[in-house]
Amino acid sequence: MDFRLTEDQRALRDGMRQLLRARFDREALRDTVDGAAVGSGAAAVDGAAVGGDAAGTALDSGLWRELGQAGLFALRAPQSAGGVGLGLPEAVLLFEEAGRALLPGPLVASHLAGSAGLVAGAEDGTAVVTAVEGTGPYGGPTPPVEHLAAADAVLVLDEGHTVRVLSPGELAARPMRSLDPLTPLHRVHGRRESDSPGARAAGGSGREQAVGAGVLLREAVLLTAALQLGSACRTLEMAVGYARQREQFGRPVGAFQAVQHLCAGMLVRSETARSVVYAAAVTVDEEEISAAKLLADTAAVGNARDCLQVHGGVGFTWEADVHLHLKRAWLRAEQWRTAVTSEERLASALLCPI
Amino acid sequence: MRLAYTEEEEEFRARLRTWLADVLPTLPPRPDPLDWQARRTYDMDWQRRLYDAGYAGLHWPKDAGGQGATPTQHLIFLEETEAAGAPYVGAGFVGLLHAGPTIAAEGSPRQRARWLPPILRGEEVWCQGFSEPDAGSDLARLRTRAVRDGDTYVVTGSKIWTSHAEVADWCELLVRTDPEAPRHHGITWLALPMDTPGVTVRPLRTLAGSHEFAEVFLDEVRVPVDNRVGAENDGWRVTMVTLSFERGTAFVGEVVACRRTLRLLARRARHNGRWDDAAVRRRLGRLNAEFSALWRLIQWNVSEAAHGLRQGGTGVPGAGGSVFKLRYSQARQELYDAAAAVLGPAALDLAEEWALERLSSLSYTIAAGTSQIQHNIVAERILGLPKGR
Ligand SMILES: Cc1cc2nc3c(=O)[nH]c(=O)nc-3n(C[C@H](O)[C@H](O)[C@H](O)COP(=O)(O)OP(=O)(O)OC[C@H]3O[C@@H](n4cnc5c(N)ncnc54)[C@H](O)[C@@H]3O)c2cc1C
Repeated sequence: MDFRLTEDQRALRDGMRQLLRARFDREALRDTVDGAAVGSGAAAVDGAAVGGDAAGTALDSGLWRELGQAGLFALRAPQSAGGVGLGLPEAVLLFEEAGRALLPGPLVASHLAGSAGLVAGAEDGTAVVTAVEGTGPYGGPTPPVEHLAAADAVLVLDEGHTVRVLSPGELAARPMRSLDPLTPLHRVHGRRESDSPGARAAGGSGREQAVGAGVLLREAVLLTAALQLGSACRTLEMAVGYARQREQFGRPVGAFQAVQHLCAGMLVRSETARSVVYAAAVTVDEEEISAAKLLADTAAVGNARDCLQVHGGVGFTWEADVHLHLKRAWLRAEQWRTAVTSEERLASALLCPI
Repeated sequence: MRLAYTEEEEEFRARLRTWLADVLPTLPPRPDPLDWQARRTYDMDWQRRLYDAGYAGLHWPKDAGGQGATPTQHLIFLEETEAAGAPYVGAGFVGLLHAGPTIAAEGSPRQRARWLPPILRGEEVWCQGFSEPDAGSDLARLRTRAVRDGDTYVVTGSKIWTSHAEVADWCELLVRTDPEAPRHHGITWLALPMDTPGVTVRPLRTLAGSHEFAEVFLDEVRVPVDNRVGAENDGWRVTMVTLSFERGTAFVGEVVACRRTLRLLARRARHNGRWDDAAVRRRLGRLNAEFSALWRLIQWNVSEAAHGLRQGGTGVPGAGGSVFKLRYSQARQELYDAAAAVLGPAALDLAEEWALERLSSLSYTIAAGTSQIQHNIVAERILGLPKGR
């Protein structure tokens, strides 16, 4: 056993961090926030799939292609198929960096499509792919679909079924006033009639793929956990940085034990989550993946909240980045396996024969 | 130990209920929550109606134009108005809960005559200019400077997080008049007309997207010495009176509202199936206990204050307010987290009122003294532990 990052993995992570620093720094993040018409859900026309939501849909296609060229989407496609030929642990490291930078876009679905060769153009970022998640064995409502208006294709991932690929026009969906200013959301009502113009335009709609959804679902859960982990690490850094620099009562607020303990608790959350997320990337064990998502959700949400608290009044402002992390963390906690499902799965696992 | 209300108190409640039943249907439609000008108009209209009906300044002393009601009657008033769905004090908050009571307690007869009636009649809105960029938790570090020039003070500096500044007529302002004195001395309380030349208000945006607070820049603003409440350099003591008010009764109506929200949440959960999840049911059950206890804690604190008043005290809630504020701010955040658990993905939709409330709830552990500061107060002032760091 040698449960540490290899030199290559470190280099890969650092490369991604540099790329994002160069192409999606804080200024770019804030420009994107200001560009997205905030909290505005365009007129909802039931049945009108997309296009009604003009606001905040613009995904930076240049950046998306650069991410494609850097191998983010084709990372796990075999080299024989023009991919990078790396594995889930490497993908997890890149997604952690994306989460840290609050990179917007349907990263998980595009990566799944690109690495499994499900949608042409996904691998090099010329096509944007989003996904609809089935309800799973524990029921509950379907989570909303992100970036539907910017997407060229939609994966339908339902436990126990094969993967289907739809054109966005085939979904009956209604825009929501998304909590996260960087992630436009649609509520999906179902499929539109197949003779509708949208469906016909897609040509060969609802193509069944030979791939089972179960594998991709597991990967989606794990990669979402990695995004959450990155966000949790970032809000911890932000809190510590602020606590060092902000002075009250003649000393940095980080000198007060109340603040120190908040920050220390954040580190405990993110490091616990990190160990199980990385391990799950190696084992791809169903139970461990549930644990990874559950603890990464807890870390991302908990750390964003504590980071907000450490920032005092500043933390409650739009201009601080804390709320963007918290809102995204809340969103991701609802996507790709909620705490309810993870906890139920982990509980059932305890009843397996000893 | 008696929880039942007296006959007199029940009569007060009955009269109030009748009045509310008559007046509420005649109110104009609620304004857009993001339109502060419209909200000001709406809130002031409500205050005027309270005034006409004899309910304005219920807890203020009679010689300040108030009704001289007992703390218990005030509690009943807050409980009943909230239960009936009446408007909240809103833009009148600072005038009725901080600045007004301070002026009533510390102002000269002329000052009381000038400022209190317009607050009670819903004609003038006040804001609170205490916090500064470098003076938040450490309020005594405030640096906005006031220099005496004949019968005026010339004020220069800046304030931050000033709620309702954009729609306020007056600001209760803390300034430094003696930079040489120890921190808590050398501070003075001034009433600043917001339309004075040299005052600039720059709205700040909250994480919920609204402009409910602002930065206030003061550039050689001239304030008459007559606008000073209390003695020069005695502003810290004057201020402490208002801060206890803020931590005391300010949240009574909200606790009543939270208890109603809990009941609505349970119904919503029954409706959308989340009730079948035992974890959700039990979470709501626990919150029911928390908010019942908070309500009883309010009654306890109010009874203490009423007793203090009968003994010739101020009726101002003491450090016990910190206990309440600590638990309430936390419980409110737990309530809206539970709401999100009930709503599921709908909690990601800002069209849901509870999704917005969840965002607002985040400020409760920061505004009016952070939870860390409240813990310090409890540890040092109630438990008598040595001052830590
Ligand atoms: C919605 C909202 C409305 C507001 N309205 C008004 C208003 O109308 N008028 C007004 O004057 N102010 C207002 N405030 C300001 C509010 O009172 C301050 O934000 C608050 O006192 C905290 O100060 P700060 O923001 O500077 O945080 P800081 O004091 O910088 O605190 C940063 C962190 O350090 C911690 N900390 C600081 N000192 C200590 C210590 N000794 N021990 C342990 N931990 C410590 C804090 O708990 C916090 O976590 C408002 C704030 C909000 C959020």
